[in-house]
Amino acid sequence: MPVDVRLPTLLRSQTGGRSTVSVEGKTIGDILNELVAQYPGMGGQLLNEDGTLHRFVNVYVNDDDVRYLDLLDTPVKPGDEVSILPAVAGG
Amino acid sequence: MAPYDSILDLIGNTPMVEVSRLSPNPRARIFMKLEGRNPGGSVKDRVALALVEQAEKDGILEPGREGQVLIEPTSGNTGIGLALVCRVKGYHLKVVLPTNVSVERRQLLELWGAEIIESPGSEGSNGAVRMARQLAAAHPEWVFLYQYANLANPAAHYEGTGPEIWRDCPEVTHFVAGLGTSGTLLGAGRYLKDQNPDVKVWAVEPPAGEMVDGLRNLDDGYIPPIFEELGGSSLLDRKTVVRPRESIEWTRRLAEVGLFVGISSGAAMAGAVKCAGEVPEDGQAVIVVISADDGWKYLSTGAWTDDLDTVVERAASIIYF
Repeated sequence: MPVDVRLPTLLRSQTGGRSTVSVEGKTIGDILNELVAQYPGMGGQLLNEDGTLHRFVNVYVNDDDVRYLDLLDTPVKPGDEVSILPAVAGG
Repeated sequence: MAPYDSILDLIGNTPMVEVSRLSPNPRARIFMKLEGRNPGGSVKDRVALALVEQAEKDGILEPGREGQVLIEPTSGNTGIGLALVCRVKGYHLKVVLPTNVSVERRQLLELWGAEIIESPGSEGSNGAVRMARQLAAAHPEWVFLYQYANLANPAAHYEGTGPEIWRDCPEVTHFVAGLGTSGTLLGAGRYLKDQNPDVKVWAVEPPAGEMVDGLRNLDDGYIPPIFEELGGSSLLDRKTVVRPRESIEWTRRLAEVGLFVGISSGAAMAGAVKCAGEVPEDGQAVIVVISADDGWKYLSTGAWTDDLDTVVERAASIIYF
């Protein structure tokens, strides 16, 4: 079953302006690889060449940052919401 | 109580109040530490004083000498704290401020004599940081304390906020605070883990990367240098996004129990409530959550009085962290 992925403004040029896309996958790693397969322009933006998460990309499952869960192995189940946000300054 | 010599002596030593009435779980108590009680109105007074006093110790700033200029990028509270400290100590402060901060933040900066340099609101704090770095490079005579990279920032919390929490609530099991520059979490979080390694540290952040639409690509992203230098990703146990609607709903719930705190405090409270909800059946938790500031600076947003949908829409375009 597909999972909804919310995209930040700067990735929406890849999806024809759509802010949410549906992607199949059981883990965050599956989801990101499937996203890149569907929208190859996201490749260099989301993942490094070695397949690890780009340092300025934060990925959340139900608003929890996956870096503090199981990173790319974090499981995703139907009904979960995945969101991708760029790291920006606060304060 | 003996009178204080200076308003700056009132920075720190803030009170904590129990807000467990709002906890969703009877086994999880929640205490809120009220940083709005600082004289400049926020947790950032601690950082501002520490940055300036460290620069004085290092000889970068010289108390009493005329014509010394500081420059700092800030979305508001650090600038306000620095404006207060600089006014009292006689330094001239220039702040690089995104255009989309609340009107009260601008007024507070102005009333303590800070000069405001505007950066594009669409670039958020990233844009302010970039502009301040360029200006500082072009004006080596200005003092650039750079809160995002200055170890005096987390040190203020390691030496102040953290020990105060431990003194007032040694039963603490979880510490929840907004991420921002990461100074509060790195300093107070580290101090609490040093006392009890079992304390869990939770970061709460707004979906800032969603609001900042001026980013051209992900390489324009930003991670505070202090976060990387002090191993922030290994210190934090969880990091969770709290969206504007939930932030405002919890800001209102806090007002219902008498606490008039800022919107980021509502976000932090939402994080504490999420944390409370995850305490297992056989467990107990004592959660300490930081309220970074009081509600005064956000009255113009209508956060407590206007229709929720309208306020949420407005909150998406102002910086409240």
